[in-house]
Amino acid sequence: MRRRHFLPGFNLSLGYSLTYLGLIVLLPLAALAWKASGLGFDGLVRLLRVPRTLAALKLSFGGATLAAAINVVVGLLVAWVLVRYRFPGRRLFDAVVDLPFALPTAVAGIALTALYAPNGWIGRWLAEIGIKVAYTPVGVLVAMVFVGFPFVVRTLQPVLESLERDVEEAAETLGARRWQVFLKVILPMLAPTLLTGFALALARAVGEYGSVIFIAGNIPMKSEIAPLLIVQSLEQFDYAGAAALGVAMLAFSFVLLLAITLLQRWSHRWAESAP
Amino acid sequence: MTLELARLNRRFSDYPALNDVSLAIAPGEFLAVLGPSGSGKTTLLRILAGLDYPESGQVSFNGRDFLAAAPRQRNVGLVFQHYALFRHLTVAENVAFGLRVRPRRVRPKRADIDARVEHLLKRVQLEGFGRRYPSQLSGGQRQRVALARALAVEPELLLLDEPFGALDAQVRVALRRWLRRLHEELGLTTVFVTHDQEEALELADRIAVMNRGRIEQVGTPREIYQQPATPFVCEFIGKANHLALRREGERFVAGGWAFAGEPWMGEHARAIAYVRPEHLTLSATPTPGAWRAHLRHVYLAGAVAHLELDVAALDQPLEADMASEDLARMGLRAGDGLYVSPSHAVIFPLGRDGKPLAEDRWLWRVAVPAVPVRLPLQRPEAGVSPQRADGEMQR
Repeated sequence: MRRRHFLPGFNLSLGYSLTYLGLIVLLPLAALAWKASGLGFDGLVRLLRVPRTLAALKLSFGGATLAAAINVVVGLLVAWVLVRYRFPGRRLFDAVVDLPFALPTAVAGIALTALYAPNGWIGRWLAEIGIKVAYTPVGVLVAMVFVGFPFVVRTLQPVLESLERDVEEAAETLGARRWQVFLKVILPMLAPTLLTGFALALARAVGEYGSVIFIAGNIPMKSEIAPLLIVQSLEQFDYAGAAALGVAMLAFSFVLLLAITLLQRWSHRWAESAP
Repeated sequence: MTLELARLNRRFSDYPALNDVSLAIAPGEFLAVLGPSGSGKTTLLRILAGLDYPESGQVSFNGRDFLAAAPRQRNVGLVFQHYALFRHLTVAENVAFGLRVRPRRVRPKRADIDARVEHLLKRVQLEGFGRRYPSQLSGGQRQRVALARALAVEPELLLLDEPFGALDAQVRVALRRWLRRLHEELGLTTVFVTHDQEEALELADRIAVMNRGRIEQVGTPREIYQQPATPFVCEFIGKANHLALRREGERFVAGGWAFAGEPWMGEHARAIAYVRPEHLTLSATPTPGAWRAHLRHVYLAGAVAHLELDVAALDQPLEADMASEDLARMGLRAGDGLYVSPSHAVIFPLGRDGKPLAEDRWLWRVAVPAVPVRLPLQRPEAGVSPQRADGEMQR
């Protein structure tokens, strides 16, 4: 029997969606791969074996992963406070969460640099205890945490709101302590959402350019991110090299996101309905 | 060895959820707390579970101060209306939860936990469902898992918060019979909160009827139904016709019918009588004092027929119940004239402010019961064919 769909014109809308996705997402990526192919496989490997490139990729992906992990922890805390507590200024606090979305990234980068530079408001105090943030990999991390932060909070909020309080109360009457309720009940239920937030924050941090380059100082082998290398290649009219780096980043990101999706599906296995 | 609640008070911002509530529950008893929504019954249950605390009052269980203990120290099993299962855990893991979170030194061995889970799943008739997730179960099955989970920690007190509220009618009836049998097997002291009077009347040993944070009456289902203590109980449990009564000498009258033998010795001038629909006697021929009535409508609800009567003498409609079979035998139809009189009534005198005084209740019953007519009424067009009669009876 033919399934009836709520919206008419399923074929039309599917076709439209696929065309749109192809034009907006796949076509540019295909062009990127095509451009990179001019270098050949050997060329690509040779490029990736350059220590400076390797260091930049390591910083980009390592930093982004760490930043996403930090965002998951802090984002969970912030979302929890926003959802579970009522306090004056909550709405304002809630609006502030979105600022990293709205702020031009260059502005964010300059502001962060001003704060964390050795003579900045925060950097001054950190410098006294021997911590340098601006112009080091730590600065890169700070910028990545900043831009990825709203993703975790915004993905968690609706899920936290729909979390039933009875479930926690049931656990409590069954003898669970507060930390057991959190670890055995709340956290496993949030795990799929936390992974989504992690993936979004990670993707954002890997691709971040504007805010990072201001605070990073861009010292080769030390605080230089992969997107910056791409820009530098472009400035030297090395289009194939830039494209190759882009493809490498794309491949890495794809593998990472795929792994997260699989992990997420596993953590969400209980939601598959119907016997 | 009892659960004792003494003078509990709990306020939510401006209205009292519990107003000076005292109650004693005997060991092994099945007590239903019955009331409309907002009557404070769930608050009462949550206080027993340790999820809410009263502003004043005491709760003791077997001599132990309950309010001083955290929820996990109380050893109660709580079942929620919406199951509150851990949806990320399998059925078996849900049941085992209460045992697995115990500190290591009092936690049973893994094999013992498995055995107990197996036993409990059998008890709630869910053998073989252990590896499913709650999302793969029906509502009735989920609620049985919730019950098994609550029983796994071997509670001394079982608390049920409208456990069948989210289920459909058939499952609800089947499950409550099953719960009653389970209670008889286990003998566990149980407090059951519901707004469904049928459920309470059928299941409970005793019922506490609550209204606006107060307990109106505590008693066996029979007492609650037959001897309601307050006007609220009269109206909330079952259905009741209200009649306004006036004193004439030593009798109270309504539309020519006299309620003789008033117990207040002339103290009150007015009263209100509650008469259940099944306590109205119908007759085709005039009986002394009976009201002349006009059958306006028949609502046929399965075995029972609800008759809507217009009574001119009272200037109000009355509702009378009778067995559908009797109705068919009498051949009554909308538009017929008949005579109606009460056989039992619960009467409260009205105070000066016009409010009923619950403490002066008078349980009245008729001295000589009128004989209800069983013969078919004669009608000119005769031949009451069943089809005709059915056609007249509207659902």
